[in-house]
Amino acid sequence: MRAFVELFERLDATTSTNGKVEALADYFRTADAADAGWAVFFLSGRRLKRLIGAAELRQWIRARTGLPEWLFEESYGHVGDLAETAALLLAGEDDGELEIGLAALVEGRLLPLRGRDADLRREAIMTLWSTLPARQLFLFNKVITGALRVGVSQRLLVRGLAQASGIDEKVLAHRLMGTWEPDADFYARLVGEDDGDADLSRPYPFFLASPLEGPPDALGPVSDWIAEWKWDGIRAQLVRREGRCFVWSRGEELMLGRFPEIEAAATALPDGTVIDGEILAWADDGPLDFSLLQTRIGRKKPGPTTLARAPVTLMAYDLLEDGGEDIRQQALATRRARLAAHVAATPGLRLSDTVEAGDWETLAQAREAARGRGTEGLMLKRAASPYQLGRRRGDWWKWKVAPQTLNAILLCAQPGHGRRANLFTDYTFAVWDDDTLVPIAKAYSGLDNAEIDELDRWIRKHTRERFGPVRSVEPQQVFELAFEGIHPSPRHRSGVAVRFPRIARWRRDLGPADADRLDDLRKLIDA
Amino acid sequence: MHDRPPLLELTDSGLYCPAGDFHVDPWRRVPRAVITHGHGDHARPGMGHYWTQRDGVPILRKRLGRYIPLDGVGYGEPMRFGDVTVSLHSAGHILGSAQVRIEHEGAVWVVSGDFKRDADPTCAPFEVVPCDTFITEATFAFPVYRWPDTAEVAREVHAWWRACAEAGRPALLFCYALGKAQRLLAELMACTDQEVLLHGAMVDLVRIYRDAGVAMLPTRAVSEIGRSADFAGALIMAPPSASGSKWMRRFKGASTGFASGWMQIRGNRRRRGYDRGFVLSDHADWPSLVRTVEDCGARRVLATHGNTDVLVQYLRERGIEAAPLKTPYGDEDVEDALAEDAR
Repeated sequence: MRAFVELFERLDATTSTNGKVEALADYFRTADAADAGWAVFFLSGRRLKRLIGAAELRQWIRARTGLPEWLFEESYGHVGDLAETAALLLAGEDDGELEIGLAALVEGRLLPLRGRDADLRREAIMTLWSTLPARQLFLFNKVITGALRVGVSQRLLVRGLAQASGIDEKVLAHRLMGTWEPDADFYARLVGEDDGDADLSRPYPFFLASPLEGPPDALGPVSDWIAEWKWDGIRAQLVRREGRCFVWSRGEELMLGRFPEIEAAATALPDGTVIDGEILAWADDGPLDFSLLQTRIGRKKPGPTTLARAPVTLMAYDLLEDGGEDIRQQALATRRARLAAHVAATPGLRLSDTVEAGDWETLAQAREAARGRGTEGLMLKRAASPYQLGRRRGDWWKWKVAPQTLNAILLCAQPGHGRRANLFTDYTFAVWDDDTLVPIAKAYSGLDNAEIDELDRWIRKHTRERFGPVRSVEPQQVFELAFEGIHPSPRHRSGVAVRFPRIARWRRDLGPADADRLDDLRKLIDA
Repeated sequence: MHDRPPLLELTDSGLYCPAGDFHVDPWRRVPRAVITHGHGDHARPGMGHYWTQRDGVPILRKRLGRYIPLDGVGYGEPMRFGDVTVSLHSAGHILGSAQVRIEHEGAVWVVSGDFKRDADPTCAPFEVVPCDTFITEATFAFPVYRWPDTAEVAREVHAWWRACAEAGRPALLFCYALGKAQRLLAELMACTDQEVLLHGAMVDLVRIYRDAGVAMLPTRAVSEIGRSADFAGALIMAPPSASGSKWMRRFKGASTGFASGWMQIRGNRRRRGYDRGFVLSDHADWPSLVRTVEDCGARRVLATHGNTDVLVQYLRERGIEAAPLKTPYGDEDVEDALAEDAR
């Protein structure tokens, strides 16, 4: 645990990418293989599931420190991180001296607690709080509650591992995909040369597009590019190997059983096929509203009513593996041709059509039809490009149509988390319904740091009421919110829900009377 | 005793004592001002006459003007304002910082100003002053604020400095120019005798501390060194306002640190993009705030300057009469407190 804590402190003490990679490489060069396996597990954002809940942790900390509930919650609101709050509150106690490796801690002391009754788990965690050095408590609390976000992206982790092991970054990234918990040989396999036993279900790292900010003609001749509609669904990889099929989300979650239509369609695919695409709710010749797809996301086993109301399809747009061969280095145009053949032979899948245009201007005109077709704009993909790892700029661009906007009044604010702890950064906005304000959207992003600081000061000085961490403020500040579509919603008090709301501008030129009215927004639904 | 008019009341100009006709740390121009200490949110320009603790005199003159009408008073020396007896008592915050004790017809009020209970080689230790009503600061009034041992923090700063030196980088440490810089220079003497470089805003203040007999590491102004000089291996101290300024550019490849109580919270440091945060505050932490209320035996507590609501509710639940007092000291938000003294 000490070495892992030291790694964390080094990562935390630098904002330089190279500094972080170096710290990771140093750690992996010297760490015990079992510890290193768990370090990879936690640093890649994985968590120990079904171990300890956040509610339990809060209860135990309160019991331990004797703080009243409101004071604990105020403190948590101030710090913005549960594991850190707990560590700071525990820091007043005597320092423990337990020396224990990360693997021994996880495998010997934590995993055996799974499924045990609350008293036993509580006793075990209380003991560890007393016996671990105070300096290690923050990371320990992170490990038991999950969500270890320490400013290390998957890509940095892979670079550090590559530097320490000499194994190619792409190979490492692929080996890290999917769900796993490290066992004794995990780390040796991860950094080992031989990769004969590729996991049957393992997907490939997703390639992500970047938003196109300038005009598209900077990209060169339009003939170098393949344009497709930008679908608004769930990004997914369909893996077909050895008679089985696996559906992965971009968050590397295995979505088995949730989309039986896609699994059924996949049985027609030959073994050794991996398709990249978008899961969409689809009826007749077009996508259904995203809110219908949403009814499918949470259902692990959708019933017949749900299936009938929101049938899904996979809109296929790339082929990563064909005949058991990794073809990601082939040109997109080649991969698409091979994909088209598979989709044609597989009822239930759809091929994402290309949008043809002789020049950028024609393409820009075609893009205007995007919203009418239930899409968000166009994707521009370089025809000669390989399928890359993660978000690399240059070959895949998302060229969205301009968002819709509305003007709304800041109604409430609450502090953010992590980097935004004890800054008011989570805002609730309202519009007029006759002469009352109804909440319309929450938004977290869109302001720059200087604006966030200024608004934070304003909020503190114009607070009306407090409800725990939430403050209501005087309804004065107007913001232009951008969003992607608006839908009726019985779950919202306003009766409407906007998708992806974010702040476009702080409209200091407008007063509260200039904000939009709910009636006007309702009209947008029909449009 | 509550039937009697309050000894201090909040007016547009600040905390006012009607019986003695004077203000404590006023923020608008008034004829008579008793000043707890020299930080900008407590000592403001334009008062008719100032009183402050003797060690704080050169600080006020430096900040408010050499010729301001100002009396220096020793700790514990009684002053008379009409029927009211006023005395200053050490607050342990910075050099010359004082609590203001106000006594009238048997009632005693104490204004803490900013204070801390931790040891500090640059100023006199906090004195517990028994009182009926205690007006306390509440900057760090959350139980998550519990200061680590100062010597340990100094060792961390020194270890960081040495690691930077080994890597051939300058170490650029941001801290308040008045109080924090001098305390660090004094605490670091346990680790080294090396010279530290200072931003211009700190030079005179460090000299004032030296004149008061405070032992600190040797220092030199950055401005005395050529612009193209190599700062690798140097420790440079600067106020937070210098962060991101043109002045900073000369320290190529510098690692940056910030010494402040706010650095207790990881998100605060990450948000500001400092490489290192050192938890060092001249304010009372949570245990000190609670202990001080108990120690002075006040029946009533008014909280100002910071997270007053939390402290007030906590004290009320412990059976102590408490209320918030809205003043512009420090304001309640982190930004202002960070900017404090950065001017």
